Formats: sequence, C-alpha cells, structure tokens
Amino acid sequence: MLSYIGRRILATIPVVLTVAILVFALLRLTPGDPALIIAGDSATPSQLAEIREHMGIGKPIPVQFLLWAGQVARGDLGVSLHSRTPVVQMISGRIGPTLALATSTILLSTLIAIPLGVFAAWHRGTKVDRAIMAFSVLGFSVPIFVTGYALILLFAIKFAWVPVQGYKQLADGFWPFAQHLILPTLALSTGFVALIARITRSSILEVMGEDYIRTARAKGIKEHAVMLSHALRNSAVPIITILGISIALLISGVVVTESVFNLPGLGRLVVESVLARDYPLIQGLILLFSMVYIGVNLTIDVLYVVFDPRIRY
Amino acid sequence: MTVESNRTHGLRRCGVALAFALAAAAPLGAQTLNVVMASRLSVLDPVLTTAHQTRNHGYMIYDTLVATDAENKIRPQMASWNVSPDGKSYTFTLRDGLKWHDGAPVKAEDCVASIKRWAQQDKMGRQLMPLVTSMDVLNDKSFRIVMSTPGELMLAAIAKPSGLPLFMMPKRVADSPATKAITDYTGSGPFKFIASEFSPGVKVVYEKNKEYVPRQEPPSGMAGGKVANVDRVQWLSMADTMTAVNALLNNEIDYMETVPFDLMPVVQANDKVTLRAVDKMGNQPMYRFNQLHPPFDNKLIRQAAMYAIGQEDLLKAQVGNPEYYKTCAAVFGCGLQYASNGEADMIVPSNIAKAKELLKAANYDGAPVVILQATDIAMVNAIPVVMAQQLRQAGFKVTLQAMDFMTLVSRRANKEPISNGGWSIFVTAWHMSEIADPLRNYGVSASGDKAWFGWATAPQVESLREEFLMAPTEEKRKSIAEQLQKSMLQEGVTVPLGQIITASAYRKVLTGVLDTPAPIFWNIKKTGK
Repeated sequence: MLSYIGRRILATIPVVLTVAILVFALLRLTPGDPALIIAGDSATPSQLAEIREHMGIGKPIPVQFLLWAGQVARGDLGVSLHSRTPVVQMISGRIGPTLALATSTILLSTLIAIPLGVFAAWHRGTKVDRAIMAFSVLGFSVPIFVTGYALILLFAIKFAWVPVQGYKQLADGFWPFAQHLILPTLALSTGFVALIARITRSSILEVMGEDYIRTARAKGIKEHAVMLSHALRNSAVPIITILGISIALLISGVVVTESVFNLPGLGRLVVESVLARDYPLIQGLILLFSMVYIGVNLTIDVLYVVFDPRIRY
Repeated sequence: MTVESNRTHGLRRCGVALAFALAAAAPLGAQTLNVVMASRLSVLDPVLTTAHQTRNHGYMIYDTLVATDAENKIRPQMASWNVSPDGKSYTFTLRDGLKWHDGAPVKAEDCVASIKRWAQQDKMGRQLMPLVTSMDVLNDKSFRIVMSTPGELMLAAIAKPSGLPLFMMPKRVADSPATKAITDYTGSGPFKFIASEFSPGVKVVYEKNKEYVPRQEPPSGMAGGKVANVDRVQWLSMADTMTAVNALLNNEIDYMETVPFDLMPVVQANDKVTLRAVDKMGNQPMYRFNQLHPPFDNKLIRQAAMYAIGQEDLLKAQVGNPEYYKTCAAVFGCGLQYASNGEADMIVPSNIAKAKELLKAANYDGAPVVILQATDIAMVNAIPVVMAQQLRQAGFKVTLQAMDFMTLVSRRANKEPISNGGWSIFVTAWHMSEIADPLRNYGVSASGDKAWFGWATAPQVESLREEFLMAPTEEKRKSIAEQLQKSMLQEGVTVPLGQIITASAYRKVLTGVLDTPAPIFWNIKKTGK
C-alpha cells in the first residue's frame, strides 16, 4: 500500500510542474498591466517603467519565471504587487473561512445526501423517491446566489436568527463561528446534496440487481441490513468519486458563496487578485488549488483500493 | 409591514452576538464605526495612485496643509499662509500642536519633502513645479514657495481634495522615490492606521489619534476642526453590494459609502437608515475618441458622433432616478468655477439628423467603431450600451466590447488599428474636483502621440492650457477656460456626459456626517447601536 501511495505521489510532480508553467504563461498572456492600475492616469512612461521595475514585472518573462520558480522552491510565493504583503501570509490569513465552509458543506452534504439517496433507492418508484429526485433536480438547477439571497431574506432579514454576512473565527466562540456559517453552508450544500443523493441512488439501484444481493436476501438478512451492509458498501466507489468531484467543485462554489455572505476566504481572494492582475497572488492561489485537487485525487485513489480490494493500478 | 418590525427580537439576539464579537476584536468600551467603502483598499501610498480608496485612506491618517471648505474656498488646515504683494511668494506657517503619530513634532522640512514627492506624481504639481523658483525652509514652523508667476494655481493644486491630494508625511518617508510604495504609514491626521489589523480585501482598521489637536473652527468640507468622536473606524470590504445593503438594514454596519442606484428604493424604505448625497459635487462621465485611426481621425465624423450621442438617454440608462444626474455641457464640471456652456447643442441632446448629415459630408465609408465597455465600473457600465445604439441610429457600424476595467486600461493604451486590437471610444468617469480646471483635467490633452489615451492633436488646446497656466488674473483664466471649452468640443478632444451624483447611506444612530467631496469620518458621533 505504501509503495502504491508513493508511486501516486511521484506521479503528481509533473502535474504540479505543468500547472505552474501553464499558470505563469496564461497570466502573462492575459491583457492587463498592474502598473497601469497602480499608477493611474498621472504616470508618465518613465514613471510607469520605474513602477514596473519596483514591482519586478519590468524584467523579461523567462527571467520572471526563473525568479518565481526559485522562490517557490524555497517555499516563498512572493509578495502581493498591490498590498506588498507576502503571498503566503495573505493565503494563510484567508484560508480559515474557506476551510470552515468547505468542511461544513461536505459534512452536511454527505450526512444528508447519502441517507437521502439510500432512502430514495429503497423506495424506488414511490412518491417519496420522486419527491427526493424532484428536490435533487431543483437543488442542482438553482444557482447558489439565488439560494443565498433567499436564505438571507428569510433567516437573516425576516426572522433575524443569523447575521447577513461576515465571519467569526472559532477562537471567538463556537456559537458566533457557527452562526456565521449556517447560511453559507446551507446555500452551498444544496447543489451538492442533490448531486450526491442522485449518484447514491443510482449506484445503489445498480448493485441491487446483483447476485450477491439476491443471495443475501435469500439468506433471510433483513432489508435494511442488505441495503447498508451489502448494497451501500458496494456502491461506495462512484459515491467516493462524486464526493471527490464535489470537493473540487467547491472551489468554484466558494467564490460565489463567499461574495454573497461576505466571507473573507480564498474564493474572494481569487476574484480580487484576478481583477487586480496581482500575478504572485494568483499564481500562489492556483498552485494551492492544484495541490488540493491533486491531494483529493490521491485520497480517492487510495480509498478505491480500501473499499474495493479488486482494484489495482 | 416593514422589515424592521418583523425582526426586533432576532435583532436583539443578533446584536448580543455582534457585541460579543466586537468586544473580542476591539478594546473594551471602544466605540467602533463599521463602514463599507465603495472599493477595497489595496495601495497604501497616496502619492503612488489616484485610486479613490487610497485617497480616502490618506484623509484618515494624514493631514493637509490647506483644504477646501463646503463652498470650495481654500482654508488653512495645518498651515496658514501669507502672500507677497506681487502674489509670487507664499509663506506657510504651521499651527501649534502638530505631531506625527510617533510623537515627533511636524516640521517645515517634512512639508517641503512631502510637496516635492507629491509634485513628481501629481498632474497639476508637475505642470506647476517648473514655475517654482525656490522652496525654502525658513525655520521649524515655516517655509516659503516662490514662483515666477502669481501662485494662486499652486494654492489650488495643494488644496484640491481629489486626484492626488497633497498629504503631509514625515521627511524620512517623503524622501522615498515617488514611484516606490512607502511602508511607513506615520501620519499626523485624526486617525492612526493599525497595520497589524490590516487585512487587504477584508478589513482596514483605524484608531483615534488621541494626540491630534484639531483646528478651532467648525468643520466645513475638508477644512475646519477634525474631531474624531469614535475610537475605531473599521472599513469592511464587501464584494457584493446587495450583501452590504442587507448588512446595513440588519444593523451589522453603520455606513455605506455608495449605494447602487438600483438598490436605493430598498434603503429608502427603511426608517432607521438615512440615504443622501454626501458628495454634492458628484462625478463627470466622459468619453474620448481614438484619433489615430479611422473613422475618428476625421473631425467631421467625430462631430457626427457627438451630435448622435445624447446625454439624457445615457444618464437615464445609467442612473435612472433624475435626482441623481444632470445633463450639462461643461468640460470643467457642471456649475463649477470654470464651467461654461459652449457647444452644448452638439453634445447634450441627441441629434440624429445632424449626425447623418455630417457623416454624409465626411463620406463615412462604414469604418468600424469599437467601444470599450468596462462592465465592473458601476458609474459608467451602462453608458456604452446606449451610446452604441445612438451611433448605430446615425449610421455608424458599431461593435461593443465588454471587459473588466483592468483589461480596458490595457486595451486603451493600444495605439494599433482596430484590426490589431485597437479601439475607437472608451468611457470613463472622474470626480468633479479632478476635472475642475484645465491643469488637473486629463481630458485637456491634445499633443498627438504624447497626449492622454486617444492621442488627439489640437495645438490650440495645448496653447490655451499653457496660457491658462501663465494667466495673471482669475478673470483671464475664466476667459481662457471658455475658449478651451469650445476648442475641446469642436475638435472632439474629450466629451463630457453631464453629472452623476452618488448617495451614501448610514444608520440614524450616526450624527455629524458632513457633506464632503471625499468620505471622511471625523465629526461623526454614534449614539446607541
């Protein structure tokens, strides 16, 4: 198992390098000059050149890449062009809300969606099944910002149970922390609950026709035990896959959710840095997200083997 | 039933939670003003950028030598001044009690260094500095600026509230290169910047400068006594304006700098919030032609476009509520010192028939017109859409290209023809105080290849600006400004699109919110929650 994990980790290195080169190249090809924004309309060409020099973007692109790659290798992601704050510091200062939101969303989605999918499969063709699937279609179709505003209107403005926006750290107390996460988590979870519930249902229905399920039933095992011990376990691979994809999708989901609920997380930082053409920050963030994707894929690969020992690479 | 009446109980609970949260973040008993500004603060050096948020940051922590009052008159602030009989020599004397945030006294040498750094970057400063024959420190409290011409324009430049206002910094800071961002944020203003709590894109924190000695006069505009009545001011960044409005209505913030026009009815419906135009000067939307390439390298075609584009339809689409916009032809700001109405018939109403006539006379061959539209600039994002339609009605072949502002800034610097990524028209907006005279107005630039984007060539505009700079009297300057208005529009150098006023909103627990051209937070008192 360890050598298998080691091989998988080694296989990720070229992926990280490719991502780094692509990100660096794409950003330089995108129109937009941060020096022009910073200098405003008053700058003369020589002043613009000076600002570019001070910002380190006046150098030839290959030189910029080598400088950046050298820094990254030393664990230094550079300094934000605008705020002059180290990128590592900016990312670490903003990772908390995103991590909290992503964790609560995945937990809530999993806790709701898997039982919901199992329940729908169990009652296949009934009104309950159709209701769950109808909710699933709705949840997947409604954009996050619509769900978000609807939740704000109802629970923050009308009932005033929770605040409209903002974030509190866990250090500020559990209730303030949770209070600020309830609505964003609900808004972001809706789509994932729908997605995971549908996949769970269809996976279970697929294995329900297998011989070993019929054998289990023939042995007199109770239906709920058949469902949980035999059907669900054997449906795990597609469910784990969709959970992995959900974690990847979360990154795009948090951008909108963090904006609607004003959470100071990485999603908003991505938007801010792209609009400002803050190259070091964008590069740092994309590298981080790439690492997260790769980490999630790696974990899924390992879990496949855990849940289905027949799988070999 | 109002939203407020439905949520009293919940608000109380929310308020308790908020109080706990604030108590954790701020010193016990500190009164905090929670504010959502129109944009995020990213650059902290007020000499490096004309970004309004950086200017606003400047007003929090720095002080100015002189300032404009509510009537736009120049008043003493850190210093009073004496003028020599010939009007060429200005002696500034610092008032008593001025200290930097680190406790050191403010000295004349700090002021001279600050002026020198600012003048390298500021448009007016750069034009005026060649006229300065000497700038000498006389003693710790006074310095003298001597000019080769009467110095009223220099005084106007150092008092202007926007663009690059002149903020005083300690000499050790002001001696930094003007193009390199400063890292020492020691000021002498009514608030101190709390660097340890600064989180770019999330929060900026200021604390009251307890050592600040305000002027004795009542506050007026950017002048008068700057009395900080709250202990802390927190600027909270909110990417979504709907969220900011909801937070204001829910008592989570106290003040919102700019309420989007479409959300004003929501704010107005709440009886615990005041919505009003704090900045009476407002903004001037304007556009420039690219005069290097067809079709707008032809003066007649530029005039045809100006006749086709009518202000009323553009402003109605952009703003909607007529209380917040005004049509007017003045290149130097509606109702301001150098405003005039020359060539209004060409740029205020839409005259499609006249536009068609001019296009025919110019033998317009259907050369494509590309309008750059910055979709993320709330002040002007709808204007290009209507402008394109008006031009099409006149017979132009128009393409509208939507992009973010950052991309527009790069695209408009492209001098290539349209086939190589060039452009024909871009629209932008300025605060009125930034275009109020020919020296500070970026649109008054027609030196061809060296001119501001659009690269207009109009020698008479350039020479009139020079004459304005050297004019000995205010009467003469006004006369030149009138001539400039006509020349600018006849040549299609820069075309103003009237005036847009924005509104701020704040909880009624706040009092003392002043009418100012830039948002300021002295004089504001907060009573209750």
